[in-house]
Amino acid sequence: MLHIVNKSATERSSLDSCLRLATKGSAVLLIEDAVYAATKGGAAAAKIQAAQADLKIYALGPDLAARGMAGRVLDGVNVVDYGGFVDLVAEHSNCQSWL
Amino acid sequence: MSDMDMEDDGSGIVKKFMFLNRKAPHGTVYALEGLEVVLITAAFDQDVSLVFTDDGVYQLMKGIDTKGIEVKDFSKTYRALEGYDIEKLYVDRTSMEARGLTEDDLIVDVSVLSDDEMKNLMAEQDVVISF
Amino acid sequence: MQFGILINEGPYNHQASDSAYLFARTAIEKGHKVPRVFFYHDGVNNSTNKAEPPQDDRNVTQRWSKLAEEHGIDLVVCVAAALRRGIKDDILAPGFRISGLGQLVEMGIQYDRLVTFGD
Repeated sequence: MLHIVNKSATERSSLDSCLRLATKGSAVLLIEDAVYAATKGGAAAAKIQAAQADLKIYALGPDLAARGMAGRVLDGVNVVDYGGFVDLVAEHSNCQSWL
Repeated sequence: MSDMDMEDDGSGIVKKFMFLNRKAPHGTVYALEGLEVVLITAAFDQDVSLVFTDDGVYQLMKGIDTKGIEVKDFSKTYRALEGYDIEKLYVDRTSMEARGLTEDDLIVDVSVLSDDEMKNLMAEQDVVISF
Repeated sequence: MQFGILINEGPYNHQASDSAYLFARTAIEKGHKVPRVFFYHDGVNNSTNKAEPPQDDRNVTQRWSKLAEEHGIDLVVCVAAALRRGIKDDILAPGFRISGLGQLVEMGIQYDRLVTFGD
């Protein structure tokens, strides 16, 4: 399953809920304001690093770049473009947007 | 809305639809308009699971009285869901307990799910729509 | 593969419609199909031809209309959500039409994936 999170982890609980309820081996794609969670020194960095043991974490490159965060991505987070976003949706049998 | 019983997309396909209610009622419109989608989906004879998690649990509070804020009280609709053949109502235990609530506080009978049960239920769905 | 897209927020206030547009355009470029986009909640506000964004900004509604025309996308605006918000047939931009929530459910039933963009 692909989980899509779009809100900043310091503003909403959606990342926490997603990480709590995603099954092992699932993919989590951070888009829009959620990309801040995937950056070094950020408030959610430890959560993302811990989650990497069981989940594949992706972040949308254009959203990182638009926020000045392209150079601060945590190690192990896969940065994808919109083509990669489309591929992730296609590769997983279902997806959930944590609105 | 009895005419909705006749809805059919002609394909005969039945998919598993999960509606994940994550927002409190009234502060935003998502809970109310989300419920409308749930009712229509059931009218298409799909396999509907209605799940309340995070602040969505607050949608099910007993004793809701909206007269003072002059908006529609749609919480009564949850008690009528059986009439729409929507019988799979679930509440996320972690979210419920984090809000100091128990099943006795809720307006309808629900199955209370552990994190693992929530995970498995979500993973087996064809379509997940979150409001 | 066929993708259905659900948009729950209006243009400009949220990034949802922009993200959805880029996703849809990219999916089509990669050879997938996006037969329908459904607009719900404040997402119905994407459909009005009355919006006049500044010249140096993107025109969210026109972008959808153009993509729909080029690739035969059915842009469906939920009737109940639209009427609540004053969106009527006479102010719809090209390519948009007003219909019922059944059109959203059909996307879930008939297409391979349903992707939601919202707040």
